[in-house]
Amino acid sequence: MSDFAQTLITAIAIGSLYALIALGYTMVYGILKFINFAHSDIVVLGAWSSYTLASRILPKLGLNPHNPESVPPIWVAAVVLLAAMVFCGAVGFTIERLAYRPLRRAPRLNVLITAIGVSLLLQNVGQLDYVFGASPQKMPPLLPSWELASFTFGEGETARRLVIGLVDVVIFATATSLMLMMQYLVFHTKLGVAMRAVSFNTDTAALMGIPVDRVVSFTFVLGSTLAAAAGFLYVMKYPGMNQPAHTIWVLLGLKAFVAAVIGGIGNVRGAVLGGFVIAFVEQFGAFYISTNYRDVYVFTLLIVILLVKPSGLLGSPLREKV
Amino acid sequence: MVGTVSLSTKNREQKSELRTGNALLGLLPIAAGLGIATLMHFFLPGLIGQFYARIVTDIGITIVLAVSLNIVNGMTGQFSIGHAGFMTLGGYTAATITYYGSMFLWDSAGKHGGFLGSGEWLFIASCVAGGLFAAFAGYIVGLPSLRLRGDYLAIVTLGFGEIVRVILQQTGKTIDDVEDFKNAGWAQLIPPPVGGAVGFDGVPKYTNLFWVYAVLTITIVVAYRLKGSSLGRAMISVREDEIAAQAMGVNISRQKVLAFVMAAFFAGVAGGLFAHERGVIISPKDAGFQRSFDYVIMTVLGGRGSITGVTLAAVLLTALPEMLRDFEQYRLIVYALLLIFMMLVRPQGLLGIHEIWNFWQRPKSSVKSASPEAQV
Repeated sequence: MSDFAQTLITAIAIGSLYALIALGYTMVYGILKFINFAHSDIVVLGAWSSYTLASRILPKLGLNPHNPESVPPIWVAAVVLLAAMVFCGAVGFTIERLAYRPLRRAPRLNVLITAIGVSLLLQNVGQLDYVFGASPQKMPPLLPSWELASFTFGEGETARRLVIGLVDVVIFATATSLMLMMQYLVFHTKLGVAMRAVSFNTDTAALMGIPVDRVVSFTFVLGSTLAAAAGFLYVMKYPGMNQPAHTIWVLLGLKAFVAAVIGGIGNVRGAVLGGFVIAFVEQFGAFYISTNYRDVYVFTLLIVILLVKPSGLLGSPLREKV
Repeated sequence: MVGTVSLSTKNREQKSELRTGNALLGLLPIAAGLGIATLMHFFLPGLIGQFYARIVTDIGITIVLAVSLNIVNGMTGQFSIGHAGFMTLGGYTAATITYYGSMFLWDSAGKHGGFLGSGEWLFIASCVAGGLFAAFAGYIVGLPSLRLRGDYLAIVTLGFGEIVRVILQQTGKTIDDVEDFKNAGWAQLIPPPVGGAVGFDGVPKYTNLFWVYAVLTITIVVAYRLKGSSLGRAMISVREDEIAAQAMGVNISRQKVLAFVMAAFFAGVAGGLFAHERGVIISPKDAGFQRSFDYVIMTVLGGRGSITGVTLAAVLLTALPEMLRDFEQYRLIVYALLLIFMMLVRPQGLLGIHEIWNFWQRPKSSVKSASPEAQV
């Protein structure tokens, strides 16, 4: 029972991260119809820029960033999160402006290759010695390691503790509030209407006076800020950070992308649903079957869902007109 | 117009007479390729040294992979990003057969026999077996393409590569000792112990320039003949417009699955060559998406469906990293910038949809089409 509950808590926390990243994939796909492979690198950028900033700020406050006991006041975490989001938003804007916009009318395959190029570029620039470096680092703690609730099940030898940490709650709360803001933005504001119109039909939207380029830029900025937040929250949960080009980051991005596809790519609510579905399958599969095959569960689920419902759980079927 | 009709019947008669002669002529490129491969095998290492000979071997294997992927991505217009998965699957199959087969036949996993000796025949047979196994996997992966289009298919192939990687990581340690192997029960051999995450070490190193360039010749000839055949034109019609192709009576699902199976077969054979190459330990990592991306990039840089273009791109992109080896840190940055720049400046790839010799012929054909009256 406690194992089940603990897995559930992890799955919810990880699921909200997947959902945040998946939102970026799904929005870009919805509007430009291509897989933005560089999105996972924005997550990495978010994680590593929060690390760089945190390890600069903490000594100024008289704290040792390498000492896990010294926890800064709570506003530091908020400042780091916001700074990372702003920075990644700017990077996302620049990438769209320089690499993707000139290819707006090119075949989608070319845009995809460009995205792969941008992804390689971000990874390897990040690995340079004077940027982030090519060695793993440990994220200094920005949140106190409080246990908000702890329950004990069983007696003596078989006793298991169930812990709800502050980190899990912060991840869930931040992710949920960001997603609610997104939901409001897309479905209840003028900008959201413009985004949906561009996604529906770019040319018609342009004829209706919607500034398509500005809407696309905004989408990239929005997706990148969400990715940065996800990167920050990820290293809060798992402080051991791998170097920017490590496969683990690409896999994180891939799973989030799978989440977007499973939910129905281009569908904002679907991305959130997909994120949680993927996290549940991964975490429970890892716990009850075998940890070694956790990536296999995710990709098998993807293939099964695509075969049964090719447009994803919430996606609308594509009709092709001649 | 009347004249043209009678002319075409005449042509047809001539063609049927020439058919047997054509079949023999068709073998000419293969014979020439095998001849060049033999010459390369005996003289190239002496001329340019072992290091560069190894790069030339790498280039050959990469060309086979890029040209075969081009059947799916370039000619049929599908988007597969799991080509390395097929390659690794074929490589592991071939390596398992030669490694344990050698132990079974000759009591040792080392090389057996010289040039074209019995060991090399076992090796090439195992490569073909690897190709067949990969082709079977290609059939399984191709089936969803009956229902999926475009990007979704891409994701399925990506997922396939990742699944191959993870499953190979979970395999057991290789059996080094011949006695242990002979005493091992079926329970120990199924699934085959192929080294898990560290890779399959100890595979006999049979791959040489002759076999690589022999396989390369066959791949290029098959791809080129396919492109000109009715089958290949059906594939190209699927690329250009699925609905129009369907209206013309092309069975689009069949063409897609066929393209997958053919590409996977050659990828599997190339994987066999790769697994037996000196200085290479095939590992589950090779099935990952990064390697698949490399081949996708080659097909795009070369030009959609252009066999010579893709070959050129494969040569450039394999040789370039070797040349940039001195500034290791910046190597991939240059590579990435080049890729982005290329897509911005020449989005159709180096050669577009043309073959390299079309560029010499073009002035002639443009004159022809510019003045149709002159012909009459």
